[in-house]
Amino acid sequence: MLPSPQPLGLIDPDGKRTAYRGHPLPPPEVLRELHRRMVIGRRFDRQAGALTRQGRLAVYPSSHGQEACQIGGVLALGPGDWLFPTYRDSVALLTRGIDPVEVLTLLRGSWHSGYDPYRYKTGPQCTPLATNALHAVGLADAARRRGDDVAVLVLMGDGATSEGDAHEAFNFAAVYGAPVVFLIQNNGWAISVPLEKQSKAPTLAHKAVGYGIPGRLVDGNDAAIVYAVVHDALEKARGGGGPTVVEAVTYRIEAHTNADDPTRYRDDEEVAAWRRRDPIDRMEAYLRGNGLIDDAALDGVRAEAEEVAAGVRERMRADDHVAPAELFAHVYAEQTPQLREQAALLAAELAADADVDQEVPA
Amino acid sequence: MIATMAAALNAALRDCLREDPSVIVFGEDVGPLGGVFRVTDGLAREFGEERCFDTPLAESGIVGTAVGMAMYGLRPVVEMQFDAFAYPAFEQIASHVAKMRNRTRGRVALPMVIRIPYGGGIGGVEHHCDSSEAYYTHTAGLRVVTPGTPADAYWMLRQAVASPDPVVFLEPKRRYWARGEVDPAVPGTPMDRAVVRREGTDVTLLAYGPMVQTALEAAEAAAEEGWSAEVIDLRSLSPFDDETVTASVRRTGRAVVVHEAQSFCGYGAEVAARVTERCFHHLHAPVLRVGGFDIPYPPPALEEHHLPGVDRILDAVARLQWEHA
Ligand SMILES: Cc1ncc(C[n+]2csc(CCOP(=O)(O)OP(=O)(O)O)c2C)c(N)n1
Repeated sequence: MLPSPQPLGLIDPDGKRTAYRGHPLPPPEVLRELHRRMVIGRRFDRQAGALTRQGRLAVYPSSHGQEACQIGGVLALGPGDWLFPTYRDSVALLTRGIDPVEVLTLLRGSWHSGYDPYRYKTGPQCTPLATNALHAVGLADAARRRGDDVAVLVLMGDGATSEGDAHEAFNFAAVYGAPVVFLIQNNGWAISVPLEKQSKAPTLAHKAVGYGIPGRLVDGNDAAIVYAVVHDALEKARGGGGPTVVEAVTYRIEAHTNADDPTRYRDDEEVAAWRRRDPIDRMEAYLRGNGLIDDAALDGVRAEAEEVAAGVRERMRADDHVAPAELFAHVYAEQTPQLREQAALLAAELAADADVDQEVPA
Repeated sequence: MIATMAAALNAALRDCLREDPSVIVFGEDVGPLGGVFRVTDGLAREFGEERCFDTPLAESGIVGTAVGMAMYGLRPVVEMQFDAFAYPAFEQIASHVAKMRNRTRGRVALPMVIRIPYGGGIGGVEHHCDSSEAYYTHTAGLRVVTPGTPADAYWMLRQAVASPDPVVFLEPKRRYWARGEVDPAVPGTPMDRAVVRREGTDVTLLAYGPMVQTALEAAEAAAEEGWSAEVIDLRSLSPFDDETVTASVRRTGRAVVVHEAQSFCGYGAEVAARVTERCFHHLHAPVLRVGGFDIPYPPPALEEHHLPGVDRILDAVARLQWEHA
């Protein structure tokens, strides 16, 4: 049950195969797909940052540096599986196949969530920390009770593991034998608070043991090991083997969000050191070094990433107009008399504003 | 049949489990024990561990997992053991249960029922007697209902389980042992409507849950003093049945709202404001509130001083400016 003393890895920061043989290296087509998705994800992330500076997004929590965790985790999901993401996981959602504009609905501020959870088997981006872990356990357990072949992956941050709901989720999952995998992206920081102020556990993966859950500690910048370990854990969960906690050690390269100023709490050297452990560079080095990708294929991937970014840029130029009446539409299954009254009030205000606008001489 | 409120709730859960295979019942001690108030008595035996089960001791965990289960198509009916022990679940209730439908533009509904025994009057020690209704009614997206009779307990719980919206179902624990006629064959009034429990012409007493019985007793006493009091059982605290309440108060011209909870920012404040806004020109006196004092719920030896009784309601009725009639 105990995690390994050091994070497991299949590909080292220089793009070399490590000595670890506990998990087979995923096949070349999976490695190429991990790489492709990471390049696209990184480009999308950069585009989202630019949109934030242009005022097109209200806020953006970057995934830069964490691509291996998010993409390794998401690509490991089976066709019937569910994902429960947080606000941090835009790249995971993009990789899930969700329309990038719908991924950004929350962050541009036009609605609280943009995509259909049932269509993508993906919960809405969750902001209250660790609360999504319980939803994941509940859904996983419902699937188990129905006898369905479904596992659930929930994403959470290192800071979120301090929340009471993380504890309750681990415990419920263990007691129920729920088919759920907790993927903790330990990016070192919870806004400005470093991990050592968050926990005295030897590692976050060790916490699992207290609940009777196996803990796995992996190099979160090695997409191959994240994919392999999460894939294994999901398979085990589907087979009735219960939950797993996976801690992926990674780093948040950017500020917490665009609104944050990390110079107040961390050094540039720390960031620089982690840049040298970049998840994309190492996968690229491995693929090149082993003749699994050539310049033409690389150019193709980069061109595809540019296309995705251009598409997002273009489509985000158009305003996402939501009719104000929708404010009252989804509070209950049927509108209450009180909400009908309030909707009428707002409609009257808007009609009056429109009249005033028309009176203004052109 | 004549049943206690607890037995009526038990019958409702049994019928829900029987009729809808997606219904599951869980919480603390609800399995073999049948709940500390025996509301789930016999359900685990009859429907099995998969449909009625004990959870680990964690209220946020109970409600949070219910969210995921409801997303997957189950209809969870969860029990919070006591009012004040539901507070750990408040984040899940306020941030997810209430908001999921709205957040997802109607795509994800969370049909679930959160049953909470509430209120005092049973000699309970601290944390066992809170009237926590206003926390929930202040949260848009929740339906909050509370039965005052065994018949309502049965039918409102049936309707709550069938509702497409999440329902906070507040059970007046001091009335668990009150008896009344329950007919599972005759559907009750829709749970979102208030009902007139006693007709009257001079003043409307607005009560709910544990105070319905008290208000009826007060109306009886008021009759002896020469006041004809109408008693409305609000039943649905959110949404509020303005129609029934407004019609009554416009007729009587006077209203008193009664509850156990602290009065300050209590549910009665909302009722008084709404009634005033809608009935101002029909009112002969300000709407008065009769509630608990603005104190943490008192110890058992002192609770009788805190809980509104017939006398305190009558005193309020007496203050309704009858000299201007
Ligand atoms: C319950 C709760 N408390 C506080 C916050 C505010 N908040 C948002 S993100 C964050 C830091 C979370 O850190 P971590 O879990 O490590 O995830 P990261 O943002 O690093 O991905 C905080 C404190 C919140 N969203 N939810």
